[in-house]
Amino acid sequence: MVAAALTDNAVEIAPGVHWVGALDPHLRSFDIILKTANGTSYNSYVVRGENGVAIIDTVKENFADDFFRRLETVAKYEEITTIVLNHLEPDHSGALPELLKRAPQAKVYLSSRAQMMLKALLKPTGEPPPEYIPVTTDDTVDLGGRTLRFLHTPYLHWPDTQCTYLEEEGILFTGDIFGCHFCDNRLFNDTVGDFRFSFEYYYAHIMRPFREYVLDAIALIEPLDIQLIAPAHGPVLRHKPRDYVHRYRELATPRLFNEARSEKTLVVFYLSAYGNTRRMAEALAAGAESLGGVRVSLYDLEGGEADIFTDLVEEADGLAFGSPTINADAVKPIWDLLSSLTTVNVKGKLGAAFGSYGWSGEAVRLIEDRLRGLKLRVPVEGLRIKLVPDASELEACRALGEQLARHLTGRVEHREIDLAMLA
Amino acid sequence: MPKAKVTFQDIGVTVTVPAGTRLIEVSEKVGAGITYGCREGECCTCLTKIVSGGEHLAPPSMLEDQVLKDNLAPRGHRLACQAQILGGDIVVKPA
Repeated sequence: MVAAALTDNAVEIAPGVHWVGALDPHLRSFDIILKTANGTSYNSYVVRGENGVAIIDTVKENFADDFFRRLETVAKYEEITTIVLNHLEPDHSGALPELLKRAPQAKVYLSSRAQMMLKALLKPTGEPPPEYIPVTTDDTVDLGGRTLRFLHTPYLHWPDTQCTYLEEEGILFTGDIFGCHFCDNRLFNDTVGDFRFSFEYYYAHIMRPFREYVLDAIALIEPLDIQLIAPAHGPVLRHKPRDYVHRYRELATPRLFNEARSEKTLVVFYLSAYGNTRRMAEALAAGAESLGGVRVSLYDLEGGEADIFTDLVEEADGLAFGSPTINADAVKPIWDLLSSLTTVNVKGKLGAAFGSYGWSGEAVRLIEDRLRGLKLRVPVEGLRIKLVPDASELEACRALGEQLARHLTGRVEHREIDLAMLA
Repeated sequence: MPKAKVTFQDIGVTVTVPAGTRLIEVSEKVGAGITYGCREGECCTCLTKIVSGGEHLAPPSMLEDQVLKDNLAPRGHRLACQAQILGGDIVVKPA
């Protein structure tokens, strides 16, 4: 880490507003899935008004000492009237149980979905929960000359997330939004090292799956007068904060230019050992295309890696996967692709599976189960064919493609069935 | 055995089921778009709009009510992993 610019004191970021967080410079891996090249920070803030003091989020439990030491330099525990929880993940709520013990008089403000998480977090302490008040957009807390106004911004990146706006100073406390895993004790975005890679990486891995919620939040944030953005990780954004709002809007807007805007899209991925699953894929694609109104794309996964297809998957309306069965399983590149979808939102997309097999043909069912697990809907049963498809079997593949196209374009005929008829 | 009819509006399928069946037992089998998370009435992933026939569902438990409330569910919505069909005709679609 670069030469110490911080002491154990709180850092003033505006009159009456202090950073009281903690630096974690040695962390190299966050939440299992992220790498952190120089560590991270857990940002917590104190806002002082004439009639009350608010704490906004805390820190990870093993850094609680740093948090309390900094907090004590700007406030006494008995002065704390308000605790705001923008996000209850343990890296921000780790010191909360102890803070509640030291300031039992404080009222907790959190989002509606956070209530259940708060109760769960306090379960091990055995203590009764504090007085907590669910809030939403435009609810306020008056600290006396300092007004906190809430913005309901859920799913960024947990259901419980919200933002808090300090009206008089134009400071937006955003939780993980606009945050990044970057540790630098110079603290402010105009004085720290170049953290652009970290900002982009954080968005790509944490926020991208929720991009529709990102756009909703940006719509709430853009009209505000923003002088400074104070996120829960990484640099405090005091220099040109609106640039970061703009960047999130850019990142959350669909990436691939879609010439066929009005059509639905179906992407068919396949692998084929002897050309049989390929023949099925081609027939399926042709069947889907024949209905009209659906743009169909066909890709052999042997010719690509999972990563390059992520953008495509994110924007497709329907996804079909063709795999042979080898050793009673679908083949690894299919699983690699399906395992690389955590950074995009595939919920509610249409899914289907198909494949040729020699002996037992488990692949299709396994893929369908995985698609349902990923929260795609699988309205049409997949197709398994033994070895080389004959004319009628290819016709069945075309019919499957056409059925998928019908589901994508809302042209499905109504059916009546009895549950006893299904497996 | 008394029967009921559930229509999954998003895929245009009407299923005849025995009374006492929960939506979760049916929707995935027919490929409807209702998705599931915890499957035990806690996470609200399977929030479902009851388009009509809500009176034919067993009333929600206190726990389901609390989850619906905490998650700001609009009226006329239930958790598909909990909602039990008692009879009659019901039409549902993903929230």
